[in-house]
Amino acid sequence: MTPKDNREIRDTAFDAAELERRLAATWTTPPGLLGALSTVDHKIIGRRYITTAFVFLALGGLLSLLMRLQLAQPEARFIGPDRYNQIFTTHGTNMMFLFAVPVMQAMAIYLVPLMVGTRNIAFPRLNAFSYWMYLAGGLLLWIAFVLDTGPDVGWFAYVPLAGPQYAAGKRADIWAQMITFTEVSALAVAVEIVVTVFKQRAPGMSLDRIPLFVWSMLVTSFLVILAMPAIMIASTSLILDRLVGTHFFNPAEGGDALLWQHLFWFFGHPEVYIIFLPAVGMVSTIVATFTRRPVFGYLGMVMALIATGVLAFGLWVHHMFVAGLPRLGESFFTASSMAIAVPAGLQIFCWLATMWAGKPIFKTPLLFVIGFIVIFVIGGLTGVMVASVPFDTQVHDTYFVVAHFHYVLVGGAVFPLLGAIYYWFPKLTGRMLNETTGRWVFGLIFTGFNLTFFPMHILGLRGMPRRIYTYQPEMPWSGLNMFISLSAIVLAAGFLLFFIDAIRSARAGATASANPWGATTLEWATPSPPPSYNFAKLPLVDSLEPIHDDAFLPAAIGLRVDRRELLITSVVEAAPEARESSSGDSIWPLWAALATTVALIWSIFSPWAVVWGSIPVAIALIGWFWPKDVPEDDS
Amino acid sequence: MRAVPPLLISTVVAASGCSGNQSALDPNGAPAIHIEHLIIVIVIICTVIWLLVMGVLGLAILRRRDRPAEDPISEKRLTTVVSAAVATTVIIIAGLTIASFYTTRGIGVPEDAALTITVRGQQWWWQIFYASSGATPGFQTANEIHIPVGQDVHLKLESTDVIHSFWVPSLAGKQDLVPGRSNGLLLRAEKPGVYRGQCAEFCGLQHSHMAIMVVAEPAADYERWAAAQSGNAVIPAAPDAVAGQAIFMAKPCAACHTVRGTSASGTTGPDLTHIGSRQTIAAGLVETTRGSLAAWIADPQTLKPGNNMPMVPLTSAELQNISAYMESLK
Repeated sequence: MTPKDNREIRDTAFDAAELERRLAATWTTPPGLLGALSTVDHKIIGRRYITTAFVFLALGGLLSLLMRLQLAQPEARFIGPDRYNQIFTTHGTNMMFLFAVPVMQAMAIYLVPLMVGTRNIAFPRLNAFSYWMYLAGGLLLWIAFVLDTGPDVGWFAYVPLAGPQYAAGKRADIWAQMITFTEVSALAVAVEIVVTVFKQRAPGMSLDRIPLFVWSMLVTSFLVILAMPAIMIASTSLILDRLVGTHFFNPAEGGDALLWQHLFWFFGHPEVYIIFLPAVGMVSTIVATFTRRPVFGYLGMVMALIATGVLAFGLWVHHMFVAGLPRLGESFFTASSMAIAVPAGLQIFCWLATMWAGKPIFKTPLLFVIGFIVIFVIGGLTGVMVASVPFDTQVHDTYFVVAHFHYVLVGGAVFPLLGAIYYWFPKLTGRMLNETTGRWVFGLIFTGFNLTFFPMHILGLRGMPRRIYTYQPEMPWSGLNMFISLSAIVLAAGFLLFFIDAIRSARAGATASANPWGATTLEWATPSPPPSYNFAKLPLVDSLEPIHDDAFLPAAIGLRVDRRELLITSVVEAAPEARESSSGDSIWPLWAALATTVALIWSIFSPWAVVWGSIPVAIALIGWFWPKDVPEDDS
Repeated sequence: MRAVPPLLISTVVAASGCSGNQSALDPNGAPAIHIEHLIIVIVIICTVIWLLVMGVLGLAILRRRDRPAEDPISEKRLTTVVSAAVATTVIIIAGLTIASFYTTRGIGVPEDAALTITVRGQQWWWQIFYASSGATPGFQTANEIHIPVGQDVHLKLESTDVIHSFWVPSLAGKQDLVPGRSNGLLLRAEKPGVYRGQCAEFCGLQHSHMAIMVVAEPAADYERWAAAQSGNAVIPAAPDAVAGQAIFMAKPCAACHTVRGTSASGTTGPDLTHIGSRQTIAAGLVETTRGSLAAWIADPQTLKPGNNMPMVPLTSAELQNISAYMESLK
């Protein structure tokens, strides 16, 4: 200890009230517009992220209603082919890149630091930057759509249709550049999560005491880090083909149209698990709380998460079964695609065993989990069907596949997410969602979803392809299509009720206690909503269920309270290793995001944007990393 | 008159004909029949699995709870049950993989197909090439494939622009047409009939209206058809058709379309040498009649918005004559 330490103000020196006052002074975001734009509090950014993602969900849902309006009757003329192609492209792109992935990462931004018992996420300024980038990418897509220059080449943007020869204008470039925005933000969050989980866990939270949701986000973050580079290479090559005349995908000049598909799906299939694995973590959390016992088979669940993450990279060719690849190679991908049913099945069996052995309490979150099992098992089984090459040659690119992936993504991810919102809403807002309304929301969405999407299996087998803006009256599809469109109204009503409930409850819902559900993970041992510093005293974790009687064992750490400090622990045992300062609020991440936005959008029009546009980015980064003359210490 | 009245267009659209049977559940060719058997087996197995899981779920949440939850015996029993369920999953998955593999082997393109046809996808129609065989020289047609019943037909699938996918579900699964590559597909019809299909890979504005008809007929009928198709266009006799031919050659039509035996030799659009003999026009959009031809020629952008055929300004009389000429090209 140096003499200087004597003048430092440690958390061990105060009683509870004084400690909380001093911590709040150090950690709380100042009020006002500048404070809001400069904040690096993971809870504020997480809430912002979640809200934005749900706005994009609502917008994407409106697009799907427009499509159902057009498809309700044969040869309908509400929407022309050009607008329709923009609508389904924007719907898919929006739901995958602006809703599903970000909302899962957003839940993690809010929850992971609380669940591992730390005061802020790792790299908090990067976190702020990632939100601004995400928002800018979303605005780019939607402003383009409103201006009738939305992408119209599908969310998969197959070349040559998306190439320079067949996609005139800037629509495909807007798609490709929007991908860049969401890649940057998703990669940033993934790195933050990995570091937070590996190095900032509360003392004693060894690997086998990490909550399952945190495990799922850790595996997901590795998937993001490993999968995103493929789409980054693909979209950059596409922009180069379109802007500077390279020929990566032009077969006439030695390029290859199928190269795009390999790159896209090498990212695109793990993408499904990037969306699904966080949902698995949410389900495990909800099941544990509402059956009043730990999830059966913790080790098996963790192994299943990791196995799914590994297998996810060996499946991409099943999106290309009719592209003309060698049949023997395709059979390998049939086997690997079917094999992923094993870890998925194991998890389902473990949840069923947990419910069997526990005492289920039928609150809204558990209803959504039950709905998830009913729907997701159908989606998983139709996944086994499309994994078979011959089966797939009949249903590929038909409404059967539309039904399949909505069963997987809505059933497998949105149902758990809605359950998670009902579950964590008190922690997010300090207020409860309405339980009666919640049952109506669940009933409407469950019924509406199945009535809307189940008949699509039949339409696909009866020959209806995807991505058609209309169909001829002599085709025997109009009855089912009308039925589907009417059912979609029920589904939409369920979501509308959810949004009304969420907005109303956030303002005037019943006040939530710290732990309204009697849960056992750390986020419930701090008030709802948590104070800016998360925990007055850091917890000491002695088991998988560190909360006893709504409180944990406090650890005597000796962190400073006059500046933002975190505890760094070891990767495996979470033994305390060092004190580390955590960045303060800063406006520079916003400037950096704005400068990057200008450079990226400008580069749709001119390759020189990469050169000149990098100057403001560099200036913003210099401001961001300007030394504060604070000595680092690592006692 | 600039265009035919909207009433005529809507009548034409409403009255269009050939739906064929475009369904994987109504198979009439060996590959589609094999696949349907596999579909039925897999769907039955999966339905049983789903019902079992739902049964366990129902029991798990509704069963009476009179035993303590956490006693070690029930934990051990749970482990046994979950392990057994996982083992069962592995066995079923392995079985389905093997079944799928054997079906795949049964639907490959054979070396000794009786007939090879080249199909070239274009935005948004199908260009079809028959190679010469015996006394019949090779010829080109569009949007309608004739095949002899009960024989293996090898389709060579290519594309001139973007990726398309050839899918006639009653006869076979689909296969993509990828620019720069040549893919193969086995097509075989077990009984005569007209089988409809349509493009299954999103290919732009008129992906929705890119249908194809496969006409399966007895070998003798097929030979007659091929012989007729390989010949030059008939020389029109009726006065309106004669006048129509002259207009066709004088207007931009001939720059994009070929009518063999005349000076029209454009290659951008479909070969029209025997358009009057095809069941539909505009890639399965409407049945071929003089009225539908007139509606299409008068305003192709209303019937199929965004397609590559421009509207050529014609007087009412010119339109009638050209339609008569097209209809006469049997």
